[in-house]
Amino acid sequence: MTTTEKGQLVTANRLRDGIAVFLTRGGDWSEVIDEAVLALEPQAAAALEARARDDEKKTIVTGAYLVDAERLEGRVRAAHIRERMRALGPTVRLDLGKQSEGKGAGFAAPEGE
Amino acid sequence: MPLLKNNVLVADTWINAEAEGDLPASGDVIVPFARLLKDWGELSERSGKLGLRLSNTDRPEALGTFLPRLSLIVLPFPAFNDGRAYSIARSLREMGYRGELRATGNVLPDQLQFMLQVGFDAFEIGERFPLETWQKASRQMSLAYQRGLFRRGSEAEIWTERHTDAEPWLEQPHAG
Amino acid sequence: MYRYDEFDHQFVRERTIQFRNQTERRLSGALTEDEFRPLRLMNGLYLQLHAYMLRVAIPYGTLSGRQMRQLAYIAEKWDKGYGHFTTRQNIQYNWVKLEDAPDILDALAEVEMHAIQTSGNCIRNVTTDHWAGAAADEIADPRPVGELLRQWSSLHPEFSFLPRKFKIAVTGAPHDRAAVKVHDIGLRLHKNDAGEIGWEVIVGGGLGRTPMVGVTVRDFLPQHELIGYLEAIMRVYNLYGRRDNKYKARIKILVHEIGADKFKSEVEAEYARRPHPTTEVEERELARIAAYFAPPVFEKLPRWSASFEEAKLANPGFARWAKNNLGPHRVDGYAIVNISLKPEGGIPGDATGDQMRVMAELAERFGNDELRVSHAQNIVLPHVKRDDLLTVYQALDKADLAAANYGLAGDIIACPGLDYCALATARSIPVAQAISRKFADSQKQDEIGKLKINISGCINACGHHHVGHIGILGLDKKGEEFYQITLGGSSAESASIGTILGPGFAGHEVADAIETILDTYLKHREAGEEFLATYRRLGPKPFKEALYATA
Repeated sequence: MTTTEKGQLVTANRLRDGIAVFLTRGGDWSEVIDEAVLALEPQAAAALEARARDDEKKTIVTGAYLVDAERLEGRVRAAHIRERMRALGPTVRLDLGKQSEGKGAGFAAPEGE
Repeated sequence: MPLLKNNVLVADTWINAEAEGDLPASGDVIVPFARLLKDWGELSERSGKLGLRLSNTDRPEALGTFLPRLSLIVLPFPAFNDGRAYSIARSLREMGYRGELRATGNVLPDQLQFMLQVGFDAFEIGERFPLETWQKASRQMSLAYQRGLFRRGSEAEIWTERHTDAEPWLEQPHAG
Repeated sequence: MYRYDEFDHQFVRERTIQFRNQTERRLSGALTEDEFRPLRLMNGLYLQLHAYMLRVAIPYGTLSGRQMRQLAYIAEKWDKGYGHFTTRQNIQYNWVKLEDAPDILDALAEVEMHAIQTSGNCIRNVTTDHWAGAAADEIADPRPVGELLRQWSSLHPEFSFLPRKFKIAVTGAPHDRAAVKVHDIGLRLHKNDAGEIGWEVIVGGGLGRTPMVGVTVRDFLPQHELIGYLEAIMRVYNLYGRRDNKYKARIKILVHEIGADKFKSEVEAEYARRPHPTTEVEERELARIAAYFAPPVFEKLPRWSASFEEAKLANPGFARWAKNNLGPHRVDGYAIVNISLKPEGGIPGDATGDQMRVMAELAERFGNDELRVSHAQNIVLPHVKRDDLLTVYQALDKADLAAANYGLAGDIIACPGLDYCALATARSIPVAQAISRKFADSQKQDEIGKLKINISGCINACGHHHVGHIGILGLDKKGEEFYQITLGGSSAESASIGTILGPGFAGHEVADAIETILDTYLKHREAGEEFLATYRRLGPKPFKEALYATA
């Protein structure tokens, strides 16, 4: 039996190229949302945020923020469509962004979304 | 507080006076605007140079009669993107003020040329950036499109460069 | 069109060097993001949803074939092969890397272009009538003043840290195609009985959270007083505009809060106080610039082109395109060609590198080497001989640029919305695509006639929905996208802000709602009456009833 974990992840933009990325358990930043670490408790979320602020100071990323998300069977889905798009790319150009580079992940977008 | 003037660090010899209380017997003092109005009699008699500390919501027109007597005006940038002091500075220069115009608060190298062009000539620069950064920043653009700016840097006025055969343009108060 | 002299070249070159240095300092950590942000914004670089976005200035929407080709080159070399033309006559690239931005600015400088002040709390691109210099109804070309203001506003030391962004538009025709009444400052050209040119100065218009139509503060300002007077307005705004609340920081709020009369008297007092250059100074520079906008040498042609008329008879697709996409030119035998960037089901305003090159070539061969960007996110070839129209059409058709829907229901104006923009609350492009598909039938579009549908993906209103005949605003209701419809907006000389019709709609319901609205229009309109006129005659009632009537 699998359960859905609900929590928060951190997303940011890589400073050099602006690509939307997600903070991983190992502390680096991945373009693949499934690799994001999910904080299940507020304290853990605050710790993730603190790590992100550090990386902002180290000119790795910029504009980091916490996002509600859930994980099921290794796939991560952000609560809001904005962050689902950060994980995939524009919904109107499926040939662009992570979705076309094999980095699109998370739950498949429902039809019409 | 390190003071940048003409691209070098200089000592600040001015004394900050409070809104109330005794003034130093001699030396150059900076007073807040309210005090200038209140104690004008005493201040205008005093030996030593007179300086004024403005806020960036004070109206420059209110200073008309005091300007000839002032050697220093200090204008703040509460945040570097609060650009009101640029207008106040330029207004003061347009009103004929020729003393030192000092920028204080959130002053950053990438704004230095703008500040020079509106008439600031002294800067409280803090410790964040080395002197070399400031010196480089003052030379970044060698040209300005606007006419009638006040320059301490080295920019040329594009209009003048283009119309070399024209009479130097004259400033006139608007006929109204 | 304007050509840089050595000073313009040097200015832009130094600016790119300055930005390269600032970028290096950011990447090394010498500058924090808070310190760097205003600097990169003043060079048009935004951080968006997927990547950085660069907004390149196209001053008063005018560019040459060579410049358009360079835009294509930039799209292919540093972006993903396309660009987006905006409602303020600029172009945006959506996939830019910060580390490439200095090289892109260098590439722009090579063709006398830049991204200076296309963002930030400073004076933005001065926009104008996309038919300037060609329109039959034009009094005089406003673009020399556009160029004068562009230079005056570039790196203006006093006005680079305003309370908020500042947008100026100029127009030279009585029919206002530049939306001057909904800009921070709008300038309308007038001619008096003596034949002299003067400018009506309109202040405090704007869209966004609190849309407002501007007020006239001067009816007939002589040209040589423009810069002095505008500086007085800018100074009053810089000193007294609100800085406590981002949503109340535009000049329209200041004018509204202190009242138009008080605002005007502050400006006049400031204007009277300040020293001014002599008349001669201003007129010299205006004359120098105006020389670049001398009209092209037009051939002496008959009003009607036999080959054009014959081609229309032989080719119904061409005939329809000619009926919808041409504008009246002031010179006999010429036409204004409007290239729609709104193919059926396409993304409004987007063009590929290849398409840009097709348009560049057409301009060079048939269009006096001049192109324009319109506020409706389309491209204009302002000077094309009627004899050449068929050839132009055929080339456009091959490049998927011949949608014959200019100014019709299919010519939808939409901001990039949540698909691209970090500020957005909802997507706008899928809504545009759904409407476009629903009204794909050309007969239907022709039947409906002139119609402006504007879609914004958030309250910032970059899609100008407030001044759409039909406006659509994308919002967020409990995490779901949700759309509010307004009717009766107009950005023309009788400007009006659209009124909200009623409760909003889910994304998949919007196209049907638009259909209901247009069916209502068709049902009630008088002969020859366009949508806006019908709405103004009837008011919202019949449309509300049709939309919200319970079954």
